[in-house]
Formats: sequence, C-alpha cells, structure tokens
Amino acid sequence: MSADIVIIDYGIGNIKSICSALSHFNINISISNDEDEILSAKGIILPGVGAFKSGMKNLLELNLDLTLKKYFETNKPILGICLGMQLLFESSEEFGFCEGLGLIEGKVQKLKNEKKLPHIAWSEIKKTNSDNTILDGINNNSDFYFVHSFVSYPKNTSEMIASSNYYNQEFCSVVKKGNIYGCQFHPEKSGSKGLKLLENFIRLTNKPSHR
Amino acid sequence: MIKRRIISRIDIKNEYVIKGIQLEGLRKVGMPNDMALKYYNEGIDEIIFMDAVASYYDRNSLSKIIDIATNNIFVPITVGGGIRNINDINTLLKIGADKVAINTAAVKNPLFIKKASKIFGSQCIVSSIEAKKIDKEKWYVYFDNGREATNIDVIDWAKEVQKMGAGEILITSIDHEGTKKGFDYELNKSVSESVSIPVISSGGASSSGDILKLFNSTEVEAVALASILHFNLSSINSIKRSLLANKVNIRI
Repeated sequence: MSADIVIIDYGIGNIKSICSALSHFNINISISNDEDEILSAKGIILPGVGAFKSGMKNLLELNLDLTLKKYFETNKPILGICLGMQLLFESSEEFGFCEGLGLIEGKVQKLKNEKKLPHIAWSEIKKTNSDNTILDGINNNSDFYFVHSFVSYPKNTSEMIASSNYYNQEFCSVVKKGNIYGCQFHPEKSGSKGLKLLENFIRLTNKPSHR
Repeated sequence: MIKRRIISRIDIKNEYVIKGIQLEGLRKVGMPNDMALKYYNEGIDEIIFMDAVASYYDRNSLSKIIDIATNNIFVPITVGGGIRNINDINTLLKIGADKVAINTAAVKNPLFIKKASKIFGSQCIVSSIEAKKIDKEKWYVYFDNGREATNIDVIDWAKEVQKMGAGEILITSIDHEGTKKGFDYELNKSVSESVSIPVISSGGASSSGDILKLFNSTEVEAVALASILHFNLSSINSIKRSLLANKVNIRI
C-alpha cells in the first residue's frame, strides 16, 4: 500500500517531530528516498535543517533532485520545511553560490541583521494574499517558531503568501507556487497553529489534482 | 525587538524532575513527561531538559524521556547534560530534540563545539555556561553542574563559544540558581551585550517582576524558568499576561 505522505529521507532534518505531528491525523506516513515510493505518495514533505550546500549534496547523491522534479510534474502537493523550503529555490549564497532544485524561481540570501543571528524566535506571519489553502483557519499575525539565518525571496512576489520580519527585514515565510508549498518556520515545533498548517497540507493531498 | 521567549527548564535526576538551590540539595518535584506536557498545554514557548547528574556519573538517562516527550509536545526541545560526543548529539536529534546544550565537554575541549556546529549547524548547538561571581563584574566558568571550578572568565568564554559556532548561550548563575532572589542582572547584561547570538538566562526568578526586570535591563532573548513554575509561584499564563501588560513583546 502506498503511503499518504512520504517524508523525504536524505540524512538531514528532525524527522521524528514531523512524524509525531503527522501521526495525530490518522494517515499512513513513510520515510523514504526510494523513487517509486515517493512518486506513489499523495503528498511529500521535504524537511531539513542545516546548511544549503550539504542538503543539496545529499539530494544529488541520492538522485532525489530528479525524483523531486518528476514528482513536481505530477502536480501533487509538496511541502518544504525550513531548509527544505529553501532547497526548492534556484540558488543560495550560503557558503558561496550553490544551485538548488529550481522548482520555484528566486534566491536564498542571508538575513542582513548583524546584531543577532541566527533568528531563533517565535515570530508573526503576515498573510499577503487571501490564500485559503495551507493557511486556512490560521489567523493573520499568528506566531510560528523560526530558527534560521538565511531566507528566500521568490522572484514572482505573488508566490509569497505570508511574510515575516526580523529586525525590520521582511522575508518570505510561506511560499506557494501551484501545488508546491514551503514554510521557513517549523510547523512541527509551532504548537497548535503549526499542527493546523500540517492538517491543511494533508487535506490538500486528499484533493484530486487538476492539471 | 523580537519576541522574548519563556522557556521551562526541567532538571532531571534518574527519572524524576528535581530542583536544588545553587545546584545543590536536589529534591524531587515531579515526573518529567507529566510536567513538560502540562507546560506545553499552558503555552510554554520551549522546553529544556537537563540531566543534572549525567556529566558527573558519565551517563545519559534522558533518551527515553525525550522520545516520549516529542510524541505529543510540539515546541522546540533542548537537551543537556552528559553530552560528550557527536554520537550523543545524533542520538538525541534522532529522537526529536531540536538542540543540545553542552557545557562540560566544551570546557574540556572547546573544539567540540566547533565540530558539532559544523556537522549539525549552529542552530542546534547551545553553549551552556555555569557562572559563579568572583568579584564585582567578574564571573568564572564552572562545570559538572556547578561542582568544578575553572579560572576561565565567563565573558571571554561566551565570546569564545560564539566564535566556535554555538548558536545560542544558556547562562546559569550558580549564585542565584534556585534562590528565588531574582536574576544576576549584571551577569546577564554583560553576557548578552558581548555576543551576537541569542542568550537564554537561567537562575533566580521568583516572580514575573523579576522576569520583567531582566527583559527591561538586559538584551537576553529568553528566560529559562524552573522553581517559579515547578512550585506554582506563578503560572505561564499570568507571567505572559503581566509581561504583555508591561509592553514586553512575547508570544501569546
């Protein structure tokens, strides 16, 4: 039986907490880097903490870049979390230039604040359009838990569906391009609001996809 | 200013939550998983589990507790006490910990912080510093849960661990720990102004007034609370409401 949601296993990221959070919703979860298993899932989650370059290196070594691109073609939902969101973009400047998956046009850049980094805090998200998919039922200005030094900027600003602020620097905290979603914060560490976002994602995976 | 964090610090000996005064005279106050879940349901921003005797007896008994906690607690979890090598960190992250707090192993070998932050990223390496006041505006680093002294200056050490790649500092005042006489404000001010990574302050809070004073007089990003919550001197809700009423930016 194929899993409802596959969490991409590429040796990076706090997978246990995501599993615990998803297991609250009575679905089949699998942790995998197997192409067939990934492609048969109703939705996939790309987790991740740490550096962009090492994350991308691990994806390439497992040929997951190609698998994820194939999955993207099916138009089934993808959710990238933290580094997993950043990897969806074209490139990052972390430890020098590094190419990303390029599923969303745009770049990953370092937060400019020199006073305190990383940004480790609960911060508010500001909804920037009337998206009723992954942020459904989550109030504007809700707090989520962030821990990062780099942020992504979609080239097409309409793909940013929520923004956040760190010492007056605005960045994209939730991105949506078609059926690809990414959040810079950790929903699996953001209490009930984070669980709500994951619940919304699961709901999206149960919708028939329209091409 | 970003939102300040209210963290519960749960010190553990064997399978019990314990609390001492100045890290001594430990007494049992409850079960770790019950207390953590209670604080989570009451709106805590983060939880630190600290094995109080692990570095002393050379073992780590926390794994089972963390494994259970991360099944139904969805806020960041930091684990400290007896972390000696990369494998220890790997084990804790695999069972759902987000960060590890390292003291003794770093004092014995500062390069451990560097190695760990390179492998796991700075964001998950918290440098835990136990500070004892020696003179006016002068503190020395202690380790093994306050049992062992060094002649390392706390401010120099804070700068050093930042350079080595620590992503956060947890500063515990041994003199104030468990005394409920308020924080060592000078210590917290000096440390938080000397580094450019977030600082968590631990040791001495007895009321929301102490926490308000800490946030108003220093740049620390977060406070780790033990006695005040364990002994019901105040609740997370009333602390947060009081801070908010005094214009401290926090998560509700």
